[in-house]
Amino acid sequence: MDFGFKISPSSAVNLDNVDLTLYNRLLEAEPDICKCIACGSCTASCPANRFSGMSVRKAILNLQRGKEKETARMLSNCMLCGKCTMVCPRGINTRHLILSICKLYKEEAK
Amino acid sequence: MRERFLTGYNDFVLPFMIGMIFILSYCAISLVRIIMQLPKEDRKKFFISLVTPKTIAKNIRDIFCDCLFHVKLWKRNKLLGYMHSSIAFGWFMLIVIGHIEVLFYVPHRAKLFYFPIFFRYFVAETESTMKGAFFFFLMDFFLLMVLSGIALAMIKRLQSRLFGMRRTTNPSFLDLIGLYSLWAIFPLRLIAEGFTADISGGSFLTKSLNHVLNSFLSDHTNMLPAWWAYSCALGVFFIVLPFTRYMHIPAEMLLIPLRNAGIKIRHARKGLAKAQVYACPSCGLCIDACPMGVMKTHIKDTTVYLNRQIRRNNEARIEEISDKCLLCGKCTAVCPVGVEGDKLRIAQRSIRRYAINQDYSNISAQMLPISPGNISPAAVSAPESAATVKNGGKVLYYAGCMTALTPVIRKSMESILTKAGVDYELMDKDGGLCCGRPMMMAGRFDQARQMVEKNTEIIMNSGADTLLLTCPICYRIFKEKYDLKGIEIIHHTQYIDRLIRSGMLRVDKDTTRYVFHDPCELGRGCGVYEEPREVLSCAGELVEATKNRKESICCGGSLGSLSLGFDKRKSMTENALANLMAGAPDIIVTACPLCRSTFNRYADRPVEDIAEIIDRKCVTSAAGPASLNPGGSN
Repeated sequence: MDFGFKISPSSAVNLDNVDLTLYNRLLEAEPDICKCIACGSCTASCPANRFSGMSVRKAILNLQRGKEKETARMLSNCMLCGKCTMVCPRGINTRHLILSICKLYKEEAK
Repeated sequence: MRERFLTGYNDFVLPFMIGMIFILSYCAISLVRIIMQLPKEDRKKFFISLVTPKTIAKNIRDIFCDCLFHVKLWKRNKLLGYMHSSIAFGWFMLIVIGHIEVLFYVPHRAKLFYFPIFFRYFVAETESTMKGAFFFFLMDFFLLMVLSGIALAMIKRLQSRLFGMRRTTNPSFLDLIGLYSLWAIFPLRLIAEGFTADISGGSFLTKSLNHVLNSFLSDHTNMLPAWWAYSCALGVFFIVLPFTRYMHIPAEMLLIPLRNAGIKIRHARKGLAKAQVYACPSCGLCIDACPMGVMKTHIKDTTVYLNRQIRRNNEARIEEISDKCLLCGKCTAVCPVGVEGDKLRIAQRSIRRYAINQDYSNISAQMLPISPGNISPAAVSAPESAATVKNGGKVLYYAGCMTALTPVIRKSMESILTKAGVDYELMDKDGGLCCGRPMMMAGRFDQARQMVEKNTEIIMNSGADTLLLTCPICYRIFKEKYDLKGIEIIHHTQYIDRLIRSGMLRVDKDTTRYVFHDPCELGRGCGVYEEPREVLSCAGELVEATKNRKESICCGGSLGSLSLGFDKRKSMTENALANLMAGAPDIIVTACPLCRSTFNRYADRPVEDIAEIIDRKCVTSAAGPASLNPGGSN
């Protein structure tokens, strides 16, 4: 029967099912991730944000939730310009973080 | 001269001959390998340059000036220059005169390789030498010159500060063997020739030594051990040479023609990069030059150690060293042999593989400002700007990412342009693409090229004939990698200088003291030193920093470093600031948004961009900007 609407699939993330092996490896290489306070300065300054929704804050969050595909899609337009590093109030080396993510995670998501 | 031995041979020449044959074949094989590793077009370029008279002359001049006379070291420090040139030039002359002696006195022995080296052992003096007045005197003179250089080298090991070097390289084990054998060669030669001086003749050094030796070692059989020792020292030096820093001697002679042929680094480890790594003499001048050197922990991350690790194929350390560097290019600027530390590091970064590779094909030019469908109404309604392109058409102002974070620079620049009556348009008002230089610095050339292509499309479609940049980082890549036919690429320091010269801007002069900090990418990167200084001296009194121009110290904020954290950069910024204080300036001026914000964090006095100063100081009332606009499109 068509009600004209559907039940949308659940967007809940079950953290028990998330495989965090890669994230833990990233954490080893980039312990600074823990410093992030999710203030969003990086998002606000990012020139790639309007093209691929790039945001270092969200990228970190997505990885913690195991949403690697989303992160890879965001990163695909990063220009490594370094603005996020300059504005980060916690002094996180976001450029190196982005390069480390690029090294560790796969691209297949695209 | 007559010969003492019919055979013209003695067993002691063997160590020398083994070493010599080894090093010659090693160099020949390496030479062929490096040339074969060059890309085809580079190899062609190289061979053509070898037969072009102009480059031949330049090669010969450079080899004499750099390898023998060490002109660059003389300019740095007289004692350092004398030490190196006395050893290199003195030794060279000993070899040349040695060969002339053989050709002159015993020409039939010229085909024997070792004969010029051990000449004095094999001959006995006759009347023909005029008691050693000419050749022997020269030989002794140059031997004394080399010995004085060796003595200085020994002193330098203990007191490098006398030679203008605060820190020198830590020699490796093999370097030390090479060093000691090199030091031993010339004193041993003196003793060996001293023993034979009463037979073969000699001059002021060897003859006098002979009298001393004869007084307690009168037996001639004592001479053989001395000649053996001399030959062994030479043999050991030649055998260890390929594995020590002394490989720079043959490698530099290859590097000079390669450089003069205009070849660039194309591969991280092969071809030119390899020639550069081997041409590094481990002198350690880059250690004092490196802005990271203010922290002792970074000393092993300088170019000289990068070269050493590349020779050892120590991948972990190569990655660490090449990622940490700020790419300020100062080591390249001070290097006496022309090793390009910054480019070498970018090349190392470029061989790294990433699983996620950025791709910008989803970004169309329409999504960006200043594209055909997106031209602002102001530009469209100014048709005369197209008609008078030759007469100085529209200026396209690309602020860039870093200027976007320091909006005061953009505001000041726009204000200056308005005051001067220049018809301009902003390329990235609501955000644009990055210029590609940061990506290039990270060694990801494919990604950078995509950005370059996108930006080129936008700029070519904008109808402007001048591209104005307020960021030296952008300026450098626009100069080096963009192909913008008919569009002049200009940095704002140059543009302001031009506006002032042509009278479109008038600046009030007062007694404020300014110091100009040369940003790495503008100064060493693009060679722009004069224009900012010209501009500043129009606005006030210009004072100089202790280290300026080519030797200016990086502010520490550089995007070049991938791994250097925020906390590690503070001491570098403070060191760079201290350097600027020499003339007690009132205001620190720079021409780079990144330097400005980095300095601003720790400086005890105002830090401003050159555009801010000029905007504040320029007089608008003098006459209508229109009438002052000689080349403009009014």
